[in-house]
Amino acid sequence: MSIIEVSQLTKYYGKARGIVDVSFGVEKGEIFGFIGPNGAGKSTTIRLLLSLIHPTGGKATIFGKDVTTHGPEIRRDIGYLPSEVYYYEGMRVIDLLKYSASFYPGDHTQRMHALAETMELELNRRINDLSYGNKKKVGIVQGLLHSPSVLFLDEPTAGLDPLMQRKFFNLIREENARGVTVFFSSHILSEVQRLCNRVGIIREGRIVEISDIRTLQQNNYKKVRVSTDSTAPVVFDMPGVTHVQAENGTVHFFFKGDINTVLQRLSALRVTDVSIEEPTLEEIFMHYYE
Amino acid sequence: MSANIYRYELHVRLKSVLIWSAALAFLILFFLSLFPAFAGQAALMDEMLARFPAEMRAAFNLDKMDLATLLGYFSFTFLFVQLCMAIQASNYGFGLLSIEEAELTADFLLSKPVSRIQVLTSKLLAAVTGLVLTNLVVWVSSFIAISLFKGEREYELQTLLLLLFSGIIFQLFFLSVGMVISLLVRRVRNVTPYGLGLGFGAYLLSAFSGVIKDIVLELLTPFKQFDVTYIVAHGAYDMPLVWLNVGITVVALAASYWLYLHRDIPAVS
Repeated sequence: MSIIEVSQLTKYYGKARGIVDVSFGVEKGEIFGFIGPNGAGKSTTIRLLLSLIHPTGGKATIFGKDVTTHGPEIRRDIGYLPSEVYYYEGMRVIDLLKYSASFYPGDHTQRMHALAETMELELNRRINDLSYGNKKKVGIVQGLLHSPSVLFLDEPTAGLDPLMQRKFFNLIREENARGVTVFFSSHILSEVQRLCNRVGIIREGRIVEISDIRTLQQNNYKKVRVSTDSTAPVVFDMPGVTHVQAENGTVHFFFKGDINTVLQRLSALRVTDVSIEEPTLEEIFMHYYE
Repeated sequence: MSANIYRYELHVRLKSVLIWSAALAFLILFFLSLFPAFAGQAALMDEMLARFPAEMRAAFNLDKMDLATLLGYFSFTFLFVQLCMAIQASNYGFGLLSIEEAELTADFLLSKPVSRIQVLTSKLLAAVTGLVLTNLVVWVSSFIAISLFKGEREYELQTLLLLLFSGIIFQLFFLSVGMVISLLVRRVRNVTPYGLGLGFGAYLLSAFSGVIKDIVLELLTPFKQFDVTYIVAHGAYDMPLVWLNVGITVVALAASYWLYLHRDIPAVS
């Protein structure tokens, strides 16, 4: 049975749409990526799962227990890193971490210090004085110190420098290797691709696709740009080519399929410049729009 | 009830409790220190007050207070104590849940393994503890001030106790009404204007009811329900009004629990 089971979950804020009919499952031990542009409903979904807000319809279970009725019990084994980290006025990092730890049975001092060391977090600083990235680190340590078996990460990497991002990803991989299930929300496709086994794509409150990260990449469009000397635009009229745009000898198009067919076609041309790249998330969404 | 939330909340509130308590103790000692002068010049005082406009005397309850007696003078002092207590309790009520949401720490607290009932109960108990501490200071400083400045005069202890005891019930009203209002409005960004508004508003309602007769609305304000002049004049509470006070407090508390349990915690932005 899935660790997180969401079925037809719907949330309206008055008349404003939060999410509509969202259904998916997250298996034990997987890293599930939840991607979508800002305002698509990623945070709404996480906040519903943590019962910070109440669903308008549908239901969600974690560990087989309904989130609206068994909240405290479920949350004992959950770590949450909110997208924006704000903490109590005047508190030092260590005070906050101790306060956080006091909600969970057992002694977490050792792990707290180990995590703080990994993330290079100074424990005696006042939280108000910390930079955005350092506040994020407080959130990371706070979310992990009680060794939860499910982690909710809401845009966790924003504000972290690349080095810290790598440390953070390693930390998440280590946790995952211990069997921790990770729910990772992001609007950056590349980081989701680096870390996740499976992704759900959400757009305007609805799930548009749930798939294995590999299938998503295989099915994925490549963005191709070809420039030539000739003024007449080169014609790419093979199957899999869409969205062709030509101007001044440069051709842009999207391609889906075996990339070798494009390469063969290119080899017959005299090109001045070629680029084949991953489409941006927005461009992938255009695909789900059609 | 969750002990760690209670401890944290009490710890955060302690500074405010100390400041309010010190201010109230100072106010009581200062007012009472003037009592010997007032009592000595009672005739002069009455003459002076008689020249005030009747409406003004009514607004400050001066026509019903005998400032030459110890309890009369103390009740005049206690009116100001009540005003401060109202503002303090309203502030606590408005801030209890809204500060957490305004500073976006509600996400932190509510993603912990605690139920909302536990969160609210622990916070309430911490606030009530703060109010009880304030009341203790008021009791102690009142007794000290009275013994220092009463001179040879006698007073009825029971009436004094009734006045002092009204303090905590009075404050519970403002605490719970402030809280329920904070849950009914969309978002409280700054507690102080709300707290001052509720405290002063309730006072003004009672003060104006002395000027404009026959309005029913005045019965809703604790300044009327625990009217100091009534307590001193009758040596007892106006019981129907006290029950009304307690009733409103209980309804506000119950409504707060219901609203908080069903509340969507607003997200960032």
